[in-house]
Amino acid sequence: MLVNTIFSGFGGQGVLSMGSTLATAAMLEGKYVTYLPAYGVEVRGGTANCTVVVSDEEIASPVASEPEYLVAMNQPSFARFQSILPAGGLLLANSSLVNTESARRDIEILAIPTSELAEKLGTIKVANMITLGALVRASSMISYDTMLENLKEILGEGKAKLIELNKQALGLGYNYAKDRAYGH
Amino acid sequence: MKRLMSGNAALGEAAVLSGCTCYFGYPITPQNELTEYMARRMATSGGVFIQSESEIAAINMVLGASVTGARAMTSSSSPGISLKQEGISYLAADELPAVIVNMARGGPGMGNISPAQSDYFQATRGGGHGDYKTIVLAPGSVQELTEIVPLAFDLADKYRNPVIILGDGMLGQMMEPVDFDNLQRPPDYEKDYTLTGAKERPARKIHSLIFDTKLQEEHNWKLFRKFRLMEQNEVRYETYLTDDAEMIVIAYGFGARIAKGAIKRLRQENLKVGMIRPVTLWPFPAKALRDMAKTVNDFFVFEMSTGQMVEDVKLSLEGRGHVHFYGRPGGVVPMPIELSRIIARHYIQAQAGGRRRKR
Repeated sequence: MLVNTIFSGFGGQGVLSMGSTLATAAMLEGKYVTYLPAYGVEVRGGTANCTVVVSDEEIASPVASEPEYLVAMNQPSFARFQSILPAGGLLLANSSLVNTESARRDIEILAIPTSELAEKLGTIKVANMITLGALVRASSMISYDTMLENLKEILGEGKAKLIELNKQALGLGYNYAKDRAYGH
Repeated sequence: MKRLMSGNAALGEAAVLSGCTCYFGYPITPQNELTEYMARRMATSGGVFIQSESEIAAINMVLGASVTGARAMTSSSSPGISLKQEGISYLAADELPAVIVNMARGGPGMGNISPAQSDYFQATRGGGHGDYKTIVLAPGSVQELTEIVPLAFDLADKYRNPVIILGDGMLGQMMEPVDFDNLQRPPDYEKDYTLTGAKERPARKIHSLIFDTKLQEEHNWKLFRKFRLMEQNEVRYETYLTDDAEMIVIAYGFGARIAKGAIKRLRQENLKVGMIRPVTLWPFPAKALRDMAKTVNDFFVFEMSTGQMVEDVKLSLEGRGHVHFYGRPGGVVPMPIELSRIIARHYIQAQAGGRRRKR
């Protein structure tokens, strides 16, 4: 198994932390993993993206030619990255901000209304974790249960107070994808 | 235990565990995380951290620390490394150990902050003025840094010569799981040259000003013999799927990671492509290439530059075989699929041209 995912969105939407959270979770599960941020001349409110590769064997290239999954948290990212998704790829779009109409008929789009879902938790800051929950369900690239078990270690020191909130956010996204028959 | 760390941070940790007690640096993207890491880490390890007023100051602080016998390091990225060249030349002339890290970026001039491999010539040809060489180590993964960094400090002490670690922005920025469990702190060397205060011993001096041409020539040949020893003893490289290969890709550092991805694709299409990844760019694995040329005719060089290492490949092969080249300069990071298509075209054309594998 080798799975490439590109996370993209506005700087400040937690796009890079989505990637490093997945990467850390995969590492703690014993998988091979690489995390590659697109670093550049970035501005607040500009776009950010990173590539995460999760695999059962040693990873040759951390650069993904044809990602299986794409997460687009804003419209510019949706427009820019949908074209590199190969046929059969899954695009997870933050439909609270993104118009998910696409000319492509050969990819699947899972529209996640993160703001509406996040309302239940009282903060839209967890939109990224909701999306990550949906990705974990849809891709099965890591174990959801193991991720929850390791959440304290994954989030790191200083985020201890936020474990429960993050757990709920991941759960919202996971169940959202599950209810729409994604995964397993 | 494995931790997810950036190449820059892992390099800093490996340096401290290798006995580096002095770090001097001036900020530049894409290596800032290393300077940042050292600022925090040196405070707890009891070492010295100074953010200098310039790159030139930093390399001369390294020289000063090395004179006292300390394991010292500085780091920068391409334009900053250019500024350090005078100091590196002095370190080589004075026969002082030091480790210099270059997380290279697009150039020439100010260039950009994206990853590039266009500092190969500067790193492998000495870089500064005068007849000298530096060992150049090119790691390809975050985990490999835990072997490369202690090796760099050890070789610097062993030969009393500066050692360059040549990475690129991507290696510095990317995160991979890393553990330091097998990192061995290099042994401490008996240093009979250090300036530590001449109490109860004759005074010593370290300088590179040698007006007497005969003495300068003698010093040059002495250094030369040392560099020849390095060439004999310190060549390091890695091979990948070379046993049945009909085409050998030569790539290093992050470029070798992209090439490996490309080769995996090509192997699925039954194209017999392998790779030699030089770990030491100087001394270059010339003999390994020459030996390979006994059975392989086609050598494909990939670099994130317009072509620098390709000259060493040609020098190594001494006219044997056929050398192909593909480069992406300017900070562009090509996808493995792009590289695999280029290699496939060259491979198929070479086969059609009758340049078959020799047996």
